Amino acid sequence: MTTLGLALAYARRRPLATLLNVLLLAVGVATITLVILLTRALETRMQREAAGIDLVVGAKGSPLQLILAGIYHADVPPGNVPLREVLELRANPLVREVIPLALGDSYRGFRIVGTSPGLVAHYGATLAQGGLWQAPMDAVLGSDVARASGLAPGDTFAGSHGLGGSGALHQATPYRVVGILAPTGNVVDRLVLTGIDSVWQVHDTHGHAAAAAAEHDDADEREVTIALIKYASPLAAASLPRAINARTSLQAASPAYETARLLSVFGVGTDIIRGFALLLIGASALGLFVALTQALDERRHDLAIMRALGASRGRVVAVLLLESGLLAGLGLGLGLACAHLLAASVGHWLPAASALAGDAAAWRPEEWSVVALALGAGILATLLPAWRAYRLDVAATLADG
Amino acid sequence: MFSLTGVEHRYAGTPVLRIDAWQAQAGEHWLLAGPSGSGKTTALHILAGLTTPTVGRVVVGGTDLATIQGSARDRWRGRCVGLVPQRLHLVGALDVRANVLLAQFLAGLPQDRARVDELLAAVGVGELAHRYPRALSQGQAQRVAVARAVVNRPALVLADEPTANLDDAHAAATLDLLQRQARATGATLVVASHDARVRPWLPQVRTLGEAPR
Repeated sequence: MTTLGLALAYARRRPLATLLNVLLLAVGVATITLVILLTRALETRMQREAAGIDLVVGAKGSPLQLILAGIYHADVPPGNVPLREVLELRANPLVREVIPLALGDSYRGFRIVGTSPGLVAHYGATLAQGGLWQAPMDAVLGSDVARASGLAPGDTFAGSHGLGGSGALHQATPYRVVGILAPTGNVVDRLVLTGIDSVWQVHDTHGHAAAAAAEHDDADEREVTIALIKYASPLAAASLPRAINARTSLQAASPAYETARLLSVFGVGTDIIRGFALLLIGASALGLFVALTQALDERRHDLAIMRALGASRGRVVAVLLLESGLLAGLGLGLGLACAHLLAASVGHWLPAASALAGDAAAWRPEEWSVVALALGAGILATLLPAWRAYRLDVAATLADG
Repeated sequence: MFSLTGVEHRYAGTPVLRIDAWQAQAGEHWLLAGPSGSGKTTALHILAGLTTPTVGRVVVGGTDLATIQGSARDRWRGRCVGLVPQRLHLVGALDVRANVLLAQFLAGLPQDRARVDELLAAVGVGELAHRYPRALSQGQAQRVAVARAVVNRPALVLADEPTANLDDAHAAATLDLLQRQARATGATLVVASHDARVRPWLPQVRTLGEAPR
């Protein structure tokens, strides 16, 4: 016999009420925790994928669209820009590196990106098999692409026109897999990388690119979609975007600014979900309060006989607090476990968010506030019943039968 | 063993109990008699330290109850007093054995399972140790309540109307059990009852409102 054993015995006495209270609290905790885990995972992921890129340059249009297309590969680009102007940026002393991207095709929903080896180096990707592209139509697969497609070095595949994966196949210009990247946890895992000239070749053949460029093979006529810029100096942030935006054909967008703007838009939705989860936790605290108040009414003779057997007021209150603490702890533990389980398996029930699974399963410091909230709600729900137990008139209760 | 001197208790200004003087020696078995409403239960609660009389002095086992308050009095009660309330009040969430162990636990004494099992066997419910109170008959529950009252070997055992609602055979068995258990531990026994069947069992009688014999 222990105080804990006594509290457990009472919790077992009302299994349905106990279960419902635990479940209600668990749902609230799981909801709020899942929102925290997924939003933080999204933020972490977005910040990590944008890390090191100071500026994204592309065609004029929406700067957010430029960031989504150029860094996260989650939107269509606003258009193409002349290669000549991108090459000019390389000569700017404020620019340390320019990584050009040529977009337009995809393979099974994975984007085919014509770029320079600098992109592979930027993401710190290493080769798991084969090597990087050396010749036109050589392709290197990100780890997710390789796993999903089953392609291996030496295999060939045809890209489909457009970024959705449902366009016409470029059968005449198949790619040949020459390498597969090791997993990085970055967007590069979901890309097919090739040389820019491969993308030009596919579209020259297909007739989408400038025919004149094909004939003259001249950088003056060639186009790329986006250029990722790394500054040579922090001072560039003050002048370079303005200078680029002043040009007629180019637009510069700051990944840090646009990502923060995007996350603030998400924030409204997540705040609403958090508010709903808080309501659930509040409802569970109310349920706990009602259950404990009812239990106290049913149990006042037990409490009175416990006092008669030598229990102090403090011991009786401790039993009640421990009981509600147990329920709150169970609900909290169950909710946290469910949230982490769901976050870890997010890819199974929400394929679009599968990239978040790894980050989402990790413990976040904000979860301590959920712990405090749930336990606080449990204790708050116990205060009034505990006070009534403390003030119990033992003699009158024993006598009233 | 205990003495009550000039004890008076009032509820909301109305006198409900008056005992000018009452003394009992260790090992004596008393009947506290009187009609319903005469203050028998209140007197037991005063002896148990559950109720503080409006006026008067109560000394139990050499302890003046006015000198101990709060958790100290609770601890004293757990070790020195065994109470069998009229409604028994077994804890429904615990089985029979745990109900008796509860008395040891709450008194802060070592939990002696062997003593509990031995006692349950002695009061005739050894086979029911794992049953819950709802599965016990009134007589069985009465026995468990007696075991719970005496498990800590208290110096004073108080029983409130222990024969109420019992037939003659069970009433006799209960009184016999109480006396045997009180004798086994040398405890002073006070049985509050207005049941005429009790009087032959307990020759020392204190009838409320009368001078002690």
